[in-house]
Amino acid sequence: MDLKIFGAVLLALTALMLNPALAQEAPTVDRTATGGAQTLEDIMARQAQMDVDESFRSENLGNPDNAHSVDGPLGTLGGRSDPEVWRGVRYNDIDIQTQARGPAVDVLIQDGGMPWYELRQGPMITYGGGALVAIIVLLAVFYFGRGKIMIDGGPAGTTIERFKPVERLGHWLLAGSFVALAVTGLITLMGRSFLIPVLGPDFYSTLAVGSKWVHNNIAWAFMLGLVLTFIMWVAHNIPNKLDWHWIKAGGGFVGKSHPSAKKFNAGQKIVFWTVMVLGFSVSLSGLSLLFPFELFMFADTFALINSIIGTDFPTTLAPHEEMQLANIWHSIVAFVMMVAILAHIYIGSVGMEGAFDAMGNGQVDLEWARQHHDLWVEEVQAKQGKGEAS
Amino acid sequence: MKAMISGFVLALVVAFCAPLVLNQMGWSTAEHYTTEQNVRLD
Repeated sequence: MDLKIFGAVLLALTALMLNPALAQEAPTVDRTATGGAQTLEDIMARQAQMDVDESFRSENLGNPDNAHSVDGPLGTLGGRSDPEVWRGVRYNDIDIQTQARGPAVDVLIQDGGMPWYELRQGPMITYGGGALVAIIVLLAVFYFGRGKIMIDGGPAGTTIERFKPVERLGHWLLAGSFVALAVTGLITLMGRSFLIPVLGPDFYSTLAVGSKWVHNNIAWAFMLGLVLTFIMWVAHNIPNKLDWHWIKAGGGFVGKSHPSAKKFNAGQKIVFWTVMVLGFSVSLSGLSLLFPFELFMFADTFALINSIIGTDFPTTLAPHEEMQLANIWHSIVAFVMMVAILAHIYIGSVGMEGAFDAMGNGQVDLEWARQHHDLWVEEVQAKQGKGEAS
Repeated sequence: MKAMISGFVLALVVAFCAPLVLNQMGWSTAEHYTTEQNVRLD
């Protein structure tokens, strides 16, 4: 059942996030009266929040090859008029020389700042925060509807080692750092909207500075935990036929059946690959943000996507645009991970009797293990039998 | 529970060590892109 909840929430989130992007395109404008320059219709369309094709001016940048000879009349003006030069500056499509040294100093104007800020403060908070509230409500509804999943017939009273100490260490390294990152990330994203009105700007400033330190530095612990858990568990998380049977049986969340599973069932494998794939992605965008203007990824990613599925994503991005995209992507992926992890925390704690012990002290009740990971129990007991025999 | 607490402590240790290691590797967020890399105009 939690898989269905995941699916519904992700689908709703995706649909909601795509919605604002569907801006209406402005009608074609006749610019002969202005010699190809901007018209009142362009301004009105922009004010009406319509999608105006700016190529009529962004590509109207003059041509140095058309310059008159420097010893002729007006020859020293080159092949570009002043408006064309300023348009080149405006659209970051001209060779800028500056005395400042460092990355991105040759971009004088980049107008993505306000759309980025509005997206971050608007839909990102609305839909991201909404998704978190939605999953909490859905889990509460599931809890009161389905109830806690109990061990059928009660616990056996004997235990079996489910996870070794090193596995639990890796899990809690990843989990602890993720929770710290999630909380500090939410403080950073939502503080201006929700915390400053309550805490005041002075206290929030201290909180935000602390959150930034924690977020930037504990990110390394998250990446270490991600690598450790990947190495330890990837072999157990390769999908197989058994997973399909588990999914068809509703994972035991619906009804009273207990589909067979090895060390990890299909639901756990979905959580594993969600954490690994999204964790890798959020780490890459996080590294891009940790080292500003050093690691650009979106232009190359867009080029790769374009070559595979024939889309038309921009492949020439200003350094600031790369950072804006990294920030937005970082937030989107983080919200999806938070939704998934909330469901994971639920089923690993209050949602299922005996589940927390697996990561708590590593010892689970034998009956719990038989009901949820029967094939794994057989494997372990067979190995123990061999060990005892030898 | 020992593994859980150890995991949290390890996360903190990594967090406190990260800036020190980055500084050793020549990266300091506080000093990055300061005037020494720029052409001073004054």
